Amino acid sequence: MSLITRRRLITTGLATAAGATGLGVAASLSRKYGLVPPDCKGVYGAGETLTYGAERLFARHAMAREFPRSMICEKPFANEIAPPKDDFKKMQARGFVDWRLTVDGMVEHHMTLSLADLKTMAVHSQITEVSCEEGWSYIAEWIGTPLSSVLNEAGLKPGVKYIYYHAVEPYLWETIDVDEAMHPQTLLTMGMNDGDLPVGFGGPLRLRVPRQLGYKSLKFVTHITAVDSVKNIGKGLGSVDPEYGYSWYAGI
Amino acid sequence: MSLTLSSWYSLRVPTLSPVRKKTAVRHKVIVRVTHWLTVVAFLALVVTGLEIVISHPRFYWGETGNVNMKPAFTLPIPASRDTVPTGYKYVMPDENGWSRYLHFEAAWVLVLTALIYGAWGLASGHFRRNFVPVRGERNWSAIWARMTRYLRRSPPDKREEKSYNVLQRVTYLVVIFVLFPAIILTGLAMSPSFVGSFPAIALIAGGKQTARTLHFFLTWSLVAFLIVHVAMIAISGFWRRMRAMTIGGGSAAEEER
Repeated sequence: MSLITRRRLITTGLATAAGATGLGVAASLSRKYGLVPPDCKGVYGAGETLTYGAERLFARHAMAREFPRSMICEKPFANEIAPPKDDFKKMQARGFVDWRLTVDGMVEHHMTLSLADLKTMAVHSQITEVSCEEGWSYIAEWIGTPLSSVLNEAGLKPGVKYIYYHAVEPYLWETIDVDEAMHPQTLLTMGMNDGDLPVGFGGPLRLRVPRQLGYKSLKFVTHITAVDSVKNIGKGLGSVDPEYGYSWYAGI
Repeated sequence: MSLTLSSWYSLRVPTLSPVRKKTAVRHKVIVRVTHWLTVVAFLALVVTGLEIVISHPRFYWGETGNVNMKPAFTLPIPASRDTVPTGYKYVMPDENGWSRYLHFEAAWVLVLTALIYGAWGLASGHFRRNFVPVRGERNWSAIWARMTRYLRRSPPDKREEKSYNVLQRVTYLVVIFVLFPAIILTGLAMSPSFVGSFPAIALIAGGKQTARTLHFFLTWSLVAFLIVHVAMIAISGFWRRMRAMTIGGGSAAEEER
């Protein structure tokens, strides 16, 4: 058994100070390079930060898996969300010709786009899997305009960190970081399996985020806002998911 | 200048003798710490994992699976989501949110602990010395012979008081090098972003839904190990074994000395 010696005290003190400084530097670097999710606080914040940070550190530009056409599911499944209101049904009856997507916030040009406008921009298709946090999944072909095309057209101002998007029912909202938003597979989807995107699957416009779980792929998207922070949206946790106890980052 | 308590004591009481022979601890500190971190993480993973399963208690083979597709098997339990046809008329409370948060946080604890323990175990020779069967026992007949002794309930021989027998060694090797790596990999094979970076993971696992089904079976394999492991400890002296794995007591033979 040894008593605390002066040398040991100094060594321990220096080590602690170095450790604390190191952690501080790591925290500030992590924030600078976008490795800290909005729901980084609380009991589960450490795990959440490790998951999101590791993904953004090592796989920021990784592509979601794409599949051969033969693997498209004959019987896809979609969770029904709140039944569409009358306004929605009226638009549906007219073939969604008056559906509008508003793009605003920290962009050079605010835009309001119809589905026809979107279709005049780059049209991409991808065969990717929708994975639900419940455990089930399906593969479909998704056709639409990459979100990055729309954001490039609008011109993101410096300092944009997140893209905030909400549905025709504004209580359904999400944010993704700007890396996810500018990722080539993040798709403003209008078509599914060579037809129009069915309403049950989020038609006429769903933002597919194939590198994350299904709940980030918001249905019935009407509004996209570029922001530098999510602090003032809802409870400041980045989306409605953490408010219901679900993680903001859904890559796992 | 440092003056330790023990040196002060030995100066003052020089005749305190004979000095008690220092007994070797059965488990090194790193083993004890990583063991209990694994216990805590594993229990959290099992509880939250079952909670997550309840939201879709159907299992499939291959890449995709959903309620419109035929499952490989269905657990005969109610689900926590009303979209899953279970035959029950009620829906269980949905606790997926915090379950998922805790599941992945505990998975980080498990993976980081496993990396530390694994690296130390390889570097220090811990696995080679304590878990690889000793020469002459690397065959089925040695395993069968030891199994027969268990079944006959013969007491362990002298050598086993200080070290593990061939069955214990093989079991620990399977748990450490097969079951835990497999459950971690099948877990990662379900992550859309991880699989994006390492598609090979999904291919090795045989597809996302196969990975999920295997993950479920692997859970029960590890739970079965846990039950047998705790039962064996209870039979061979629960508190003595607990002391060895916590504060670090010696092995049976050494304690009796």
